[in-house]
Amino acid sequence: MTLTLEEREIRMADDKNFLEVKNLVKYFPVYSSGILTKKEVAKVHAVDDVSFDIKKQEVFAIVGESGCGKTTTARLILNLIEPTSGQVIVDGENVIEKFKSAGKKEKLHYRRKMQMIFQNPYGSLDPRMTVCDIVSEPLTIHGIMEKKCQCERVYELLKRVGLEEYHAERYPHEFSGGQRQRICIARALAVEPEFIIADEPVSSLDVSIRAQILNLLADLQKNMGLSILYISHDLSSVRQISQRVAVMYLGQIVEQADTDELFDNPLHPYTQALIEAVPIPDPKAKNIRARLKGEVPSPINPPKGCRFNPRCSKATKECIEQKPPLIEVTKNHFVACFHT
Amino acid sequence: MPDTLLKIEGLKTYFYTEAGIVKAVDNVSFEIRKGESLGLVGESGSGKTVTALSVLRIIPKPGRIVDGKILFKDKNLLDLNEKEMQHVRGTEIAIIFQDPSSSLNPVYTVETQLRDILTAHESLSKEECKKRILELLNLVGIPEAEIRMREFPHQFSGGMKQRVAIARALALHPTLLFADEPTTSLDVTIQAQVLDLLENLKQEMNMALVMITHDMGIIAKMTTRVVVMYAGNVCEIAKTEDLFEQPLHPYTALLLAAVPRLDMRKTLKVIPGNIPNLIEPPAGCRFHPRCKYATEKCTQTPPDLIEVSPDHFVACHNWNDINLRGEGN
Repeated sequence: MTLTLEEREIRMADDKNFLEVKNLVKYFPVYSSGILTKKEVAKVHAVDDVSFDIKKQEVFAIVGESGCGKTTTARLILNLIEPTSGQVIVDGENVIEKFKSAGKKEKLHYRRKMQMIFQNPYGSLDPRMTVCDIVSEPLTIHGIMEKKCQCERVYELLKRVGLEEYHAERYPHEFSGGQRQRICIARALAVEPEFIIADEPVSSLDVSIRAQILNLLADLQKNMGLSILYISHDLSSVRQISQRVAVMYLGQIVEQADTDELFDNPLHPYTQALIEAVPIPDPKAKNIRARLKGEVPSPINPPKGCRFNPRCSKATKECIEQKPPLIEVTKNHFVACFHT
Repeated sequence: MPDTLLKIEGLKTYFYTEAGIVKAVDNVSFEIRKGESLGLVGESGSGKTVTALSVLRIIPKPGRIVDGKILFKDKNLLDLNEKEMQHVRGTEIAIIFQDPSSSLNPVYTVETQLRDILTAHESLSKEECKKRILELLNLVGIPEAEIRMREFPHQFSGGMKQRVAIARALALHPTLLFADEPTTSLDVTIQAQVLDLLENLKQEMNMALVMITHDMGIIAKMTTRVVVMYAGNVCEIAKTEDLFEQPLHPYTALLLAAVPRLDMRKTLKVIPGNIPNLIEPPAGCRFHPRCKYATEKCTQTPPDLIEVSPDHFVACHNWNDINLRGEGN
């Protein structure tokens, strides 16, 4: 059965949502390369009709391969780019509408609730600023604290992410990748956000450091009651940290379920292939070798019907002609496939 | 004794930087056997890549091989002159790098790049050359090879570029192939395709494959023997199953415990601290500052790599006193 909007809303009332994304769409224009004229020739369908919600104090994960629209979704939620259409609702307010008319102050108020941790801690820290400057900058911008009193707060934040007081006077280049990512986390926590978007926070780190950062994120989430949107292509870490997962393919959600349910009982052929493709660190565990053929098609001209149909072994005529709706198969398990 | 193809003995490769001497590879010894898949695992900065580059003698400046022997088919590669070495590269030993977009030349077509390799070592007619190139591209699974060989690397996707890089490495049928993180920059589904391809080609061409990676999943799937490296030293060598079943070095055990698994949820154990600075590595065992079993002896004497059971080597003073069973999970 397809969930109508009303039904969805009733469901919402049960659990407290922090954030709700409704029919989010983002197309990036592609221009022809004329010298004097600039003509839009095509559109990149980066995010195409994506809806989900994130409950309070929940870790929600989005997984998918590169180019599936994970990061664009994150940037849309934070209003770093404007969506083509759709709604992002935080605490009952449509922030997309609000942002269009809002003044600087209102925007700051909204931004304070939501912070982001980026993938590359080497690129997201200013090399000319000390750690103290970096972590206290949001305090100044949001007018939370006078410059004079910030030191104590910075120390407290550094301790919370597992760094020491004396680190505050140092510069980013003196730190390893894992420590830098801790600094980024401290900076994100400085304004006491309710919600953090972690965009591939561990993919540029070493294996032994990854576990440290994943555990830190999980601890912070528990102790501070944060909601986290965890974006990754690494399915193993998603299984570790998240409570619910959405799988994206070419700008659309193809499956969404509770984490254990999704990994133990994947229903969409793409999810199955994705899970199958991950080598398990145990020589005894044998993957069944059903390989996905081909590559992700271009999002400029995505395939008609189900976007996965050219690579799918189960594809039929129906899949080529019609787009499968995201339907709830069992409780909280949504799949967009005709053949489940 | 199984057939040894390449034997590295006491290899030391240092980088003479302004800040000091970086001992990237320090006294590394292990062997590679004919036709096997060997895994070389470790974190960044552990010396995996530098070991591979040392074997091919393509260490970038200011690096230098200071000491050691690399015996390949009874010849010490370090004694060869540059011309002889050039012959070894490609025809005997080849390498695939991590990032295919920077290891292929952007200004030449795929055809030209493959032709360069073929004609550098053999004299081939134009027709033969084209035939060989088509064969190679078909071998690595590039569709419409005839058209695509005239294209430039930027017209290929990441997975396809890596296939071209593999074709280039295999052009002269080497007996030993180093694959340095060949799938790290690729998506999971593409990674699976490339790994399958490598495994099939290895069987088909009967060559030895050294997989350099930090991904324990790839190690478990692709290899039969593993060398674990830490901070420029080898800390454990074992058959893959033994290593996962019963790691003997504390670092190996922690490394296994720190990796999240897709098929179950587990508490991730954390390796405390960071990788040491290799300009002034810790005295004694290089892992001792991060090791909870470290004793007085570990801080003073570096442990030797000893064979504790057939085909299982470990470099730890206390391997016999500590029980690591179960810590890997």
